[in-house]
Amino acid sequence: MPSPAALPSSWPDLLTGAMVLSLVYVAWNLGGLRHFLEETGERVGLFFSICARIGHLPKRGRWFLSQLYAAAIGNLHVVLLVGLFIGMILCLQTGIELARFGQQDQIGVLVATGLAREMAPFVTAVVLAATFGSALAAELGTMAVSDELAALEVMSVDRLSFLVLPRVAALALVCPLMTVLCNAIGILGGGFVAQAQLGVGWTMYMDSVWVALESTGEVIPLPKDVFGGLLKAFCFGILISVVSCHSGLGARGGALGVGRATSRAVRDSTIAVIISNYFLTWLMYQA
Amino acid sequence: MGESNDDLVVRVTDLHKAFSGKVILAGIDLELPKGQCLGLMGGSGTGKSVTLRHVIGLMQPDKGKVEVRGKDLATLSRQEMGELRKDMGYVFQEGALINWLTVAENLALPLRENTKLHADEIEGKVQEKLALVRIPDAGGKYPSEISGGMKKRVGLARALITDPSLILYDEPNAGLDPEISRAINHLMRDVSDELGVSSLVVEHRVECLETVADEVAFLLGGKVHVQAPVDEFFNHPDERLRTFLGN
Repeated sequence: MPSPAALPSSWPDLLTGAMVLSLVYVAWNLGGLRHFLEETGERVGLFFSICARIGHLPKRGRWFLSQLYAAAIGNLHVVLLVGLFIGMILCLQTGIELARFGQQDQIGVLVATGLAREMAPFVTAVVLAATFGSALAAELGTMAVSDELAALEVMSVDRLSFLVLPRVAALALVCPLMTVLCNAIGILGGGFVAQAQLGVGWTMYMDSVWVALESTGEVIPLPKDVFGGLLKAFCFGILISVVSCHSGLGARGGALGVGRATSRAVRDSTIAVIISNYFLTWLMYQA
Repeated sequence: MGESNDDLVVRVTDLHKAFSGKVILAGIDLELPKGQCLGLMGGSGTGKSVTLRHVIGLMQPDKGKVEVRGKDLATLSRQEMGELRKDMGYVFQEGALINWLTVAENLALPLRENTKLHADEIEGKVQEKLALVRIPDAGGKYPSEISGGMKKRVGLARALITDPSLILYDEPNAGLDPEISRAINHLMRDVSDELGVSSLVVEHRVECLETVADEVAFLLGGKVHVQAPVDEFFNHPDERLRTFLGN
């Protein structure tokens, strides 16, 4: 029997690897991991099927506009309200700390950068996942359980082109647009707090906001942080709509099935937004 | 039976289907000759609607074969299936109308999606079919604004919009009062007689099948237990059938 000194130096890594493999094996056999991978594969497939049908969009103009209206106008007040308070919270939290070091004049930089890079696209995506994404899943789920999807198939109507494409395209467009508004109102909200609670003048606050946002990208003449946030928002819009449509289309078993599909849509799209947010941030700012 | 392949619109051979281990169809054999109406009768869960869904290609058999106009559905590509379905209509139990489209838009949908007809021609066909099912003024209404009986009529009009030669009805009388049921049954009979379409009707109600069917099959235990011309069927001596019919 070998003495402990004879064990390879990488044995802790081997042990960790073996434990991870065991966990994967158990998770796979319990069905959870397999189900997750199958579902992810189906969603990726749905995304590519939608991409293949992008040329049908002009034909779906009416439905695209109606979805655009439902996503944008129906949820505008929620995004504005949440954006206002996110800006105020961000300003207050960071402003108190900066004031300790006498740096509160830099508050605009932190609020603008924080909102543009991270908070505005993320908060907008979460609000849209909870409102429009859940509505998408419920609508398509109801169509699934009431045989409307079967009726479309029987009539040889391409349901991805007819139902899913206008919804995905609408949310891919609305999410960045709402993010711009969320940025704007968040910066305004931060300005109110900076003036009222931190004693930073409006002009000084806005000057620091402009400083933070003045560096433009080389390819796209937009402030780099704003553009990065909008690109994230565009990806989030696609993720939320694809996940929600997939959940809705797969609904089975009456009202209970629609409820499950709706809750799955919100849960999975929120998780997808959070995970993709990390990788997008990594790609944009680290790679 | 005994018709040649050319005379058969639908042929179902040894159809098997199970859901989560529960056997629903255990070897169904059916033949629908051209221009005829075949009724499918049986208790709840005997697989009537499941059989119908196999015929339209919404479900795949575990075993057995479904042929429509001589084509084995299992061998058809998605595109070929789509082409075949253009000559088939399906009337769903609850209508399955698209809720956010008006009645006229529901009818026009398959024509807009699958044909190059001009908008005026589509409008003309929609009006023609609405008149055929005797609701000429319903075109501008939404499905939520019309009654169950009207939904059935719209569902029938939508099934007829492409002038199919085969129509499948899934419980056309479900949820309707006797008076409206009678009207729907006579409408189905008229459609068969006037347009010469073949039809497969799943229905519980004796009155419906007496009006519309030429032949009726009784499903029991996942198989066709009795099949006979309509006159003989309702006087058939089989004990299980007589119990089911309440004779």
